[in-house]
Amino acid sequence: MAELSAIPPKTEDRPSALREFWYYFSENRGAVMGLWVFAAFVFCAAFAPLLAPYDPTEQFREHILQPPAWQEGGSWAFPLGTDPLGRDMLSRLIMGSRYSFFVGIVVVCVAVTGGVIIGLLSGFAPKWIDTMIMRVMDIILSFPSLLLALVLVAILGPSLTNAMIAIAIVFQPHYVRLTRASVLSERQKDYVTSARVAGASKARLMFKTVLPNCLAPIIVQAALSFSTAILDAAALGFLGMGAQPPTPEWGTMLAEAREFILRAWWVVTFPGLAILVTVLAINLMGDGLRDALDPKLKRS
Amino acid sequence: MTAPIVQASALARFYTVKGGLLSKPATVKALSGVDFDLQPGKTLAIVGESGCGKSTLARVVTMIEEPTSGSLTIDGVDITPSKWAQMRETVQIVFQDPYGSLNPRQRIGQILQEPLIINRPDMSAADREARAREMIDLVGLRPEHYDRYPHMFSGGQRQRIAIARALMLNPKVLVLDEPVSALDVSIQSQILNLLVELQERLNLAYLFISHDLSVVKHFADDVIVMYLGRAVEKAPKEMLFAAPRHPYSKALLSTTPRADPEAKKDRIKLEGELPSPMNIPKGCAFAQRCWLATEECRTAPPDLSGDTHQVACLHPLD
Repeated sequence: MAELSAIPPKTEDRPSALREFWYYFSENRGAVMGLWVFAAFVFCAAFAPLLAPYDPTEQFREHILQPPAWQEGGSWAFPLGTDPLGRDMLSRLIMGSRYSFFVGIVVVCVAVTGGVIIGLLSGFAPKWIDTMIMRVMDIILSFPSLLLALVLVAILGPSLTNAMIAIAIVFQPHYVRLTRASVLSERQKDYVTSARVAGASKARLMFKTVLPNCLAPIIVQAALSFSTAILDAAALGFLGMGAQPPTPEWGTMLAEAREFILRAWWVVTFPGLAILVTVLAINLMGDGLRDALDPKLKRS
Repeated sequence: MTAPIVQASALARFYTVKGGLLSKPATVKALSGVDFDLQPGKTLAIVGESGCGKSTLARVVTMIEEPTSGSLTIDGVDITPSKWAQMRETVQIVFQDPYGSLNPRQRIGQILQEPLIINRPDMSAADREARAREMIDLVGLRPEHYDRYPHMFSGGQRQRIAIARALMLNPKVLVLDEPVSALDVSIQSQILNLLVELQERLNLAYLFISHDLSVVKHFADDVIVMYLGRAVEKAPKEMLFAAPRHPYSKALLSTTPRADPEAKKDRIKLEGELPSPMNIPKGCAFAQRCWLATEECRTAPPDLSGDTHQVACLHPLD
């Protein structure tokens, strides 16, 4: 008996939030694959200078438009070939992942921060302010997003920074709407009322009581718009309104190599593939996130 | 008799509902003129069917909503919205649904400490934690529950947490808005016993909102029966349950399920529907459904009259 009482009483361990999240996330195999590809992408971006065989702007004049290694005329010195100025494609792609990652992070952070704050305010504000904010957001939403971003860049002047600002502004209304919708449904709940009865101030109600309970759909949206941001930045780059040459940004690389599309397929195909794979991976991952975080899709 | 802790007179709360494009805005009289006194250490039960204004009364007393008219005095202070903040510590509420009333993202310890963080900013973190742990013990939870999240608890345990949170500020009045109606019957009695025990220990006054008459019979000292925003009968529990005088109260009591299948069933079935609170009849609100109603009943609403057993009826039952 003495031995038995020495054993600590077994507490029935309910799965922790993280483990539960992983359980639902890992059920979606596409999402797990997306996560791995995304991890590789992050790794590339983090260690780009170590991974890239050459400086991405170094020109090898005697190797202009050299095909990839497995094709006739290619060499393993330049595994993915070289571009019209003799720069190594692989190095440029690896360095380009840095820009794409940077664009994704900055755009999502700016859009989420601004959108969540405006959405919270709009959910708690008197009706006329709420209506005003929502109409402004509707106006922004009514423009085709790329077109509006183009106009903004045209006003601000073409550069990667301005492209990021423009894309962030274009993305903002999605977060505002999403946050406001969850705020409106959450603030009806009794726990918010009980915080009010305890005397919580408006700011405390907004940021401490309600906001943490609205985050799940925002996280999903952030993950999905990470890829859209990369895509839009590439599109702006392609149109000459984003990163400027010689920056090895994927969209800009595509634009620069457009005229060689028939002669040297690799100069256009590889940046395009890089964009495709990254965006696809992030979208798959975002879908998995939604499955795992949305309480409505959860089976108990 | 000690001074009442809560005094309400002619308390009313109307809501304006916007009409459509062509219809006029309408007024919903959720609560129209309720008086009561609540003594420290006593339980006043408010009973009535859905939509009779019970929960609105709870929200007005808890200072979540401002009364449209009438006066509310809590602990000797006449309540106006400017006094709400200072009176928060006196009145706290326990909600019906234990699943919606706890913040799912906070641990139990944080939930319990929140009222202290807001209202006693100079209290040290160690003191707050000590108080929260003491309260966990008081409501019959185990110390290891302190660091858990609400989703790890059953309904009854959550309701204990909600009660603990309401008690963190040492309130004098606890508004219980159907605190047991979402729970299993076996859990109900545990929570009710806990509430009785806490009342004795802390000399709390309860405003107990319920539609479950068997719970009220077990728990209350005085009972107010409400119908469409008005009190129709107010009496000590024993008198009301022994001999209801308002026809509506009698009908309500007759619907209480009995455990004895052999007992004679004399349920009074009311005809018709509850009138809309947007369009309350001119006379006694119950007149349309009452089997004793006369022409007189339809002209002016009767007021509560009587000494200890008050009834708002022109033809009270004896």
